[in-house]
Amino acid sequence: MDSFILQVLNGLDKGSAYALIALGLTLIFGTLGVVNFAHGALFMIGAFCAVFIQRLLSLSFLTVDDTKKDFLGNPLKVETPYIEAWFGPELGGSIINWSVPLAIFFAIPVMLLVGYVMERGLIKHFYKRPHADQILVTFGLAIVLQEIIKYFYGANPIPTPAPDALAGAFDFGVLLGFDHNTIIYPYWRMIYFAFAGIIIAGVFAFLQFTTFGMVVRAGMADRETVGLLGINIDKRFTLMFGIAAGVAGLAGVMYTPINPPNYHMGMDFLVLSFVVVVVGGMGSLPGAVLAGFLLGILESFASTTWATTTIPGINQVIIYLVAIIVLLTRPRGLLGRKGVMEE
Amino acid sequence: MLGLKSKDTTLLVVVAILTLLAPFILNPFPENSALAQFNAGYPDLMQRFVIYGIFAIGFNILFGLTGYLSFGHAAFLGVGSYAAVWMFKLLSYNVVPAIMLSVIVAGIFSVLIGYISLRRSGIYFSILTLAFAQMSFALAYSVLSNPKFNLTNGETGLQVYADDPQIFHRAGLPDLPHFFGLSMRSTYTLDVGGWSFDFNAGYYFCAAIMLVVFYLAIRIFNSPFGLMLRAVKSNQQRLNYTGLNTRPYTLAAFVISGMYAGLAGGLLAAMDPLAGAERMQWTASGEVVLMTILGGAGTLIGPVLGAGFIKYFENIFSKINDGVLHAWFAFLPDGLENALVAIIHPFVGKGWQLTLGLMFMAIVIFLPGGLVEGGKRLGALFRRRSSDETASGETKPAE
Amino acid sequence: MGILEVKGVSKRFGGLQALGNVNLSIAENTVHAIIGPNGAGKSTLLNCLVGKLIPDTGSVMFDGQSVLGRKPHEINQMGISRVFQTPEIFGDLTVLENVLIPCFAKRDGAFELNAFGSVRSQADIRERAEQILLDVNMQDKGSMHAASLSRGDKRRLEMAMCLVQEPKLLLLDEPTAGMARADTNNTIDLLKEIKSKRDITMAIIEHDMHVVFSLAERITVLAQGTPLVEDIPEKIKGHPKVQEAYLGQAHDE
Repeated sequence: MDSFILQVLNGLDKGSAYALIALGLTLIFGTLGVVNFAHGALFMIGAFCAVFIQRLLSLSFLTVDDTKKDFLGNPLKVETPYIEAWFGPELGGSIINWSVPLAIFFAIPVMLLVGYVMERGLIKHFYKRPHADQILVTFGLAIVLQEIIKYFYGANPIPTPAPDALAGAFDFGVLLGFDHNTIIYPYWRMIYFAFAGIIIAGVFAFLQFTTFGMVVRAGMADRETVGLLGINIDKRFTLMFGIAAGVAGLAGVMYTPINPPNYHMGMDFLVLSFVVVVVGGMGSLPGAVLAGFLLGILESFASTTWATTTIPGINQVIIYLVAIIVLLTRPRGLLGRKGVMEE
Repeated sequence: MLGLKSKDTTLLVVVAILTLLAPFILNPFPENSALAQFNAGYPDLMQRFVIYGIFAIGFNILFGLTGYLSFGHAAFLGVGSYAAVWMFKLLSYNVVPAIMLSVIVAGIFSVLIGYISLRRSGIYFSILTLAFAQMSFALAYSVLSNPKFNLTNGETGLQVYADDPQIFHRAGLPDLPHFFGLSMRSTYTLDVGGWSFDFNAGYYFCAAIMLVVFYLAIRIFNSPFGLMLRAVKSNQQRLNYTGLNTRPYTLAAFVISGMYAGLAGGLLAAMDPLAGAERMQWTASGEVVLMTILGGAGTLIGPVLGAGFIKYFENIFSKINDGVLHAWFAFLPDGLENALVAIIHPFVGKGWQLTLGLMFMAIVIFLPGGLVEGGKRLGALFRRRSSDETASGETKPAE
Repeated sequence: MGILEVKGVSKRFGGLQALGNVNLSIAENTVHAIIGPNGAGKSTLLNCLVGKLIPDTGSVMFDGQSVLGRKPHEINQMGISRVFQTPEIFGDLTVLENVLIPCFAKRDGAFELNAFGSVRSQADIRERAEQILLDVNMQDKGSMHAASLSRGDKRRLEMAMCLVQEPKLLLLDEPTAGMARADTNNTIDLLKEIKSKRDITMAIIEHDMHVVFSLAERITVLAQGTPLVEDIPEKIKGHPKVQEAYLGQAHDE
């Protein structure tokens, strides 16, 4: 029982990332009718926003400390981040330490801008082109974006830790009456899950309760009719693209402490997120979220030693297997609607 | 000739002559000249030209004719390579059984994947094939390389070891892939003046196979089967209401193109007896898509052109480093030289992938018909211009 | 016993009863029109005949065999061809290729892996294709791209594609929808000519009464998913029930 709960918890953070990316993908499918292969790259850019902020805050100058000597007897050179010099070591140090959460405030405008530029500059011209062209051009864009990141940040994963205060783990088992240390769950993963929950709830609330959201939902259901009503959906859809990019970016920022970002993390997540979207049902927002969490948890169960010893490597292929089974038995996915993207 | 239209016969003959003379054509610059780095006439690269040509020709039968965009064809390439290396390990270094098995295994594999993926069309199909390829990659990379059952040798890649059975291996046969004793590595070098031309057995072996499969592709394009495939792309509804079942047609196209990919994979292993999982990754699948659209999807010669183009630029671009760039721009003032080098630097050498991505986008945006389409447009432009001139010449007296 | 026997067919979409207990018999070698106001279920009925929809209840027999549960291509192979409201042709292919495809389908069946034969060398098939283009007066347009044809020519091409299969039953879904008067008259003439040249049964779904009364030998009036009356055209014209169903529409014309 305790290990069951542990696996569910372990699946939640990856599931959250899948759900957030899949949510954005579905929004873009549904509103713009575009298949965005560059969506994973947006997740990756978000993650590198955190890296950028961390590096920026840690920018340092060198001073020579004459009071200390290194082992050769030379005066010791000390790196002092500007932040610490300005705000004092205490406050400055904790600002650096909190760089990942702080990066959110940087990532939001950056992602909205990236989304806006992408949609107006490129995607817009592909609304009327065949899906194959959309796939190909966004695929090319994904390569370009990840190569740019690789050029600046190299090919190796960059550790981006969570703030020290949140680095520990929570003994979840005690709460449920189990022994100590049976169910340990890192704080940051908990935060990630809560964060994902808030974003998902925010997106749904936005679509449900605002006029803007209503128009977008109507546009998802029947674009032409809404267009005939004289409502300028294009503008709204541009903003929708920005929001989808923002969701992917924030998912990326917050994911960095869980998994050090590298330039190809976007594509790794994208392929799985596509599978998530297909399993959830193309065009269904609740489907995307549901399937994201389900597959994340399933993957975590498949990663247990019991599963991997019974069927070696099951953790690597479980998601694909599930996707294949779902598509063969329920071709429209778990919550899919008829007629979406079936041309 | 050979049951082809005269236009297609000409095309085949031209391609044949170009492939046979490739060692000359691709080495236009003398060995010691500064431009020698643009030469492409060495065996390794020429082999890749024709092998990826085969891969793209096959992919085009699926994508170009039916419009089904597979994002997982690299899986068949990888499977073909593994099958070939296994034949090397078990039987002997003879390439014939190895390649035959590559084609067969890739064929079976594509029946399985195609049968499931083709239940959906459009973007679902693309995602399904992508998922299958990634799954195959995961299987090859880790799952099928455990000590109990080591089919792929994981990260290291599958290769031939001294203690492998190789039951038909005899003393006197080369310890490398060979065609009934003729080593794929054996090369005859012809030196003429400052030039040096390599004639490599492996290249000609691949080239001969490419010509055969190119010929088959032309036949398929002109057959009733090919007509049906184009009809699938054009209007599936009408095809169904004309009494035709689309699924076996698309499945047949999928399997044929999968077998082409397997053949290419087998040949890759035959040139270099090593098979790694990275050959199955999505980037490799994307590359063949790019080759096909760059050349011109749905055209006969397009994929071959596209494959050659990409492989050539991959090779040249990835070789250019800062030293080479500085040498090029040495004639400029220092400041300008450094600035130019700094600008170009991200796009060459290790940054070649960036150039590839940009090229990908540029082609899709500006030239969806690919190089063939571009050539046609240029041709039409010239023709119109010359006809304009004659036309204006004729009308002038009347004014 | 007609060539097509529809018995007790019903179809429901959610809360909407699109078809309710439809009985219809189409006699061999007749032109049978199915008319009715918008939303009467004409298209639903047609889709049930060709396998696009499966009715909830009832049976559809064609030539003594049930069509229910068969796929569209199987039903076509039984001898039912369909002309769509907007011409469905292979836009990327040439006109000649468009008619070659049904010729191959007629000869080779639903699937044939004829990957190495050449289209050009099949003399008999080409002859048939060229003959049918001659029949519909399109012999000089064989090498044109089908997408670049005029709307009227697209319609002709689609009919040629259906006719070359020599179907026993030709279903026409508003063949003159959106056409100018002249084109409509041409289509009527074409259909008359087709009918006079060969043994064929036609079922026409049509709004345009001019077309219906120029062609039909029998007319079924559908309203709210059920057949109202079925009779010869002369009797339909003044039928009170029909007037009622078309109320408003009939007065306008």
